[in-house]
Amino acid sequence: MISLLAELSYWQVTSIRLAAGLVAVLLVAGTLVYAHLFKMVSFMQSRLGPMEAGPYGSLQLLAEIGKFLQKEDIVPRRADRFVFKAAPFVVLTSTFLLLVVLPGGPDAWFITTDLGIYLAMAVSSVSVIGILMAGWGSASKYSLLGGLRATGQLIAYELPLLLAVVGVVIQAETMNLQEIVLAQANGEIFGWGLIGNPFILTQFAGFVIFMIAMQAELTQTPFDMPVAESELVTGYMTEYSGLRFLLFFIGEFATAGVFSAIAAVLFLGGWYVPGLDPADNLFNVLGPLVLMGKVVVLTFLVFWIRFTFPRFREDQLQRLAWKFLVPLALANIVVTGVLKVVV
Amino acid sequence: MTPSGVLAASASGGDLFVAQNVFFGVIALVMIVSAIRCVTTRNVVHAALWLVLVLAGAAAQFILLGSEFVAVTQVLVYIGAIIVLFMFGIMLTKASMGDDDSVATEKRLMASLVAVLLAVVMGIALIDSYSDTRVVIDEPQRFGAVSDAIFSQYIVAFEAVSVLLLAALIGAIVVARKE
Repeated sequence: MISLLAELSYWQVTSIRLAAGLVAVLLVAGTLVYAHLFKMVSFMQSRLGPMEAGPYGSLQLLAEIGKFLQKEDIVPRRADRFVFKAAPFVVLTSTFLLLVVLPGGPDAWFITTDLGIYLAMAVSSVSVIGILMAGWGSASKYSLLGGLRATGQLIAYELPLLLAVVGVVIQAETMNLQEIVLAQANGEIFGWGLIGNPFILTQFAGFVIFMIAMQAELTQTPFDMPVAESELVTGYMTEYSGLRFLLFFIGEFATAGVFSAIAAVLFLGGWYVPGLDPADNLFNVLGPLVLMGKVVVLTFLVFWIRFTFPRFREDQLQRLAWKFLVPLALANIVVTGVLKVVV
Repeated sequence: MTPSGVLAASASGGDLFVAQNVFFGVIALVMIVSAIRCVTTRNVVHAALWLVLVLAGAAAQFILLGSEFVAVTQVLVYIGAIIVLFMFGIMLTKASMGDDDSVATEKRLMASLVAVLLAVVMGIALIDSYSDTRVVIDEPQRFGAVSDAIFSQYIVAFEAVSVLLLAALIGAIVVARKE
């Protein structure tokens, strides 16, 4: 694999990475929608879900895409045309940029940089601009309220998300996601290195905080006030239809996948499975599949919680973030730092 | 291809970076146009959005200069936090669609005076310090090197800034708080 990549020119490698990025976003979003949104929730509610299109309804998604593409792309008369039309692309851009730092194997990466997780946190905050653009540009009070709620929520939960990551960074001594994977693969638990040292064991508090904050960042129930359908129709997405609604929809599920992948890299060892040498060439093929498997497990958790819990109230949401998650994350950092120096 | 760094391998071409210079020009043009539109548009939300382009351009220029850390911090702090707070504030108070003629025009003179003054001061300072120096970027500035510098050489300044920010934070809460 290394020799193969070394022989290709810069533009060839870049094209491969571009194609891989597209596949990663669309395939992950599609899998999540089919496996979790269509099927899992149906089984939870004792029904079959889509069954007509393809075996077990597996082609339902293509039918949905066909439906959305045929719909008229309506822009409200008083809306700000350009801002309204550009908003979904800003959100989707943020998702694609997030993907860039993820490693899929020892040589299967998009970029590997020391910035790693810091870059991911920075570009994830860009999507807020897109949500505000959608909320304001629609010229609708439901959209504006949804946009404002989304912004307040995303700002509040970015903090615990970042602080939860710091514990992992201290333990791995790097922000580079590739090296965080290797630190877990080569780590040992009190001298016992059979399964490496997945940080979910030592950073369990960090993992829980990260998953809760992630649920809020993705505006999934119980943190779905921005799109609360009984109050705001669908929040900032209310006025969108056709292709642009589809873009928001893809963005929502692709972001769920990418955030889960980041969680998998930080806490579950990313593309590594115990028992193999992390430098093995096999991981360049197996790694992305392993990562995908871990993503499906983590998103299963996200959607399980989404379809189980009722919605929070706005003040409860803010209280949970500022009075519980942030202090807990700070305590986690202090304990991790002390143990790092002492042990 | 360097295996690491946002910046792809570029330093091998000697002193003159053609691609860098071309992209510097392109990004600078976008920044100038956005900056002008930012102060001439009559819609406050549009002004904030044009400002996003200016700040994103600045981040891109930092990447061209090989300063990864500054570039990402620019995105995180300015685009991710400050602009979002701007827009949040605008939308909470008044977010009228279309042009708003009440957007201050009478302060234009003072504002342009301040802008010209700032440009002159910064220009003189830059020319005075770097007039004949050629900055050669052999390789991007590593994240680790930045943190090493902050926590050894500049530790006093860093701690002073932290305390200042904390004081500002507490001050803001005290001012905003109602009994």
